[in-house]
Amino acid sequence: MNAIQILFWFLSALALVSALMVLLSKNPVHSVLWLVGVFFAISGHYILLNAQFIAIVNLIVYAGAIMVLFLFVIMLMNLNKDTEPQKNIWMKLAGAISAGCFLMILVSLIRQAPELQAKTAMMKEGSIGLISNLGKALFSTYVVPFEISSILFLSAMVGAVVIGKKD
Amino acid sequence: MLLSIDWILFLEKLILIAIVIFASLGIALYTTFAERKVAAVLQDRPGPNRAGPFGLFQPFADGLKLIMKEEIIPNTSNKVLFVLGPFLAMTAALMTSAVIPWSSDVHLFGRVIPLQIADVNIGILYIFAVVSLGVYGIMIGGWASNNKFSLMAALRGASQAISYELAMGLSLIALLMTTGTLQLGEIVKQQMEPGHWWNIVYQPLGFLIFIICAFAECNRTPFDLPEAENELNFGYHQEYSSMKLGFYLFSEYVNMFISSVVMATLYFGGYDVPFLNESLLSPNVAAILGVVALLIKVVIFIFIFMWVRWTIPRFRYDQLMNLGWKSLVPLALANMLITGALILWMGK
Repeated sequence: MNAIQILFWFLSALALVSALMVLLSKNPVHSVLWLVGVFFAISGHYILLNAQFIAIVNLIVYAGAIMVLFLFVIMLMNLNKDTEPQKNIWMKLAGAISAGCFLMILVSLIRQAPELQAKTAMMKEGSIGLISNLGKALFSTYVVPFEISSILFLSAMVGAVVIGKKD
Repeated sequence: MLLSIDWILFLEKLILIAIVIFASLGIALYTTFAERKVAAVLQDRPGPNRAGPFGLFQPFADGLKLIMKEEIIPNTSNKVLFVLGPFLAMTAALMTSAVIPWSSDVHLFGRVIPLQIADVNIGILYIFAVVSLGVYGIMIGGWASNNKFSLMAALRGASQAISYELAMGLSLIALLMTTGTLQLGEIVKQQMEPGHWWNIVYQPLGFLIFIICAFAECNRTPFDLPEAENELNFGYHQEYSSMKLGFYLFSEYVNMFISSVVMATLYFGGYDVPFLNESLLSPNVAAILGVVALLIKVVIFIFIFMWVRWTIPRFRYDQLMNLGWKSLVPLALANMLITGALILWMGK
């Protein structure tokens, strides 16, 4: 085992355990914090794939901004163990079974996909994830979708300000 | 061999991490002392002068006092998160130092040792990510205390941090346009080149915005609303005692030290000694001179932090938000546009 393999298994275990704890913990604040743990583990995976930009943007956007907003909402509404709605056992069972089926389909699809046959992930090499290459790709090949999505974000922002404005 | 790891590299980085962390803590320790001395000078009184010569052992006396105090965990609080809060604040404060280039390479035992823990491709974004994680310590601590004042202060602190991160990011974008790289080591090397000035010359407005945002991110006066004594009693760490309180207070000083280092690195040449061509010296001498130069710049910045604290009164909360959103963000955007236009016009 070399260092990359050790890191891979460690990060995978961390991601899975944290993801399970998001679902299993009763307190919503704990769930949010476990979710932050998941994001950290996934960012670690990105770094192993040498996609440094995505790794750090994942942290800035999801762990640093969106999860803080989640915390804000949970704290202001004062959600805790007592206010969490208790679903009955059949609902939980049905949810678990359907999610399990979905997981099975997903795994079998990925295993059979012709695009993924006989391909291995590029560990610690490959330079497309580095920021200069990514920037060049975004602003030349994919410039139209990139700009359209930024306009989408701008309109969402303006919309939020308009809705939030007192009149 | 079972584990094929470059153990010497591993050891080298481990030692470097230990040095950086202990140095940060030690400097933060003496910053608390310096803060009280600077306050004393500005208010025309002697300041702490009893413990040791010139009161130099005062920080240790303070630390001992904090450790010896009774540890109180309020009965109604969320105990796990209550303990986690100060821990997160401290971790986030110390994590930033990983990408900072402390000096040029050292040649030791036939190895070239870079005095930087990780020269990653995305250094500035890394700092930005860690800064945005600093909010968690405040929010979790304030919430887990189960105290209305603490929660109020935590929400204030978090919204302040989020608001000022925006302007900070925009001012950094203008800097990146001139440097063309996110790598901190590379940014310092560019500033060291003969014929190239420090970045402050190219980005004066950007630096002004950055330093204001740095004050806000460190929760320092005039932006210390999360710990406004006269409205919120003490702020988000009101229910804390003993070393947990110490961690919160201490992480603020570590933050101050690290943000001073970041400002020196980005805008004031990092470990560059002005008017000196380092390549003429032997590498080890140049490295030592570099560390000293960086630390002198940092001390100057820390002094400015203190100077501002003891001269400018605190903002009101709505003034804080107005300054952040209505002045700094548009100013940073204008700075970005001007920088872009100038780069296009000069044809660089």
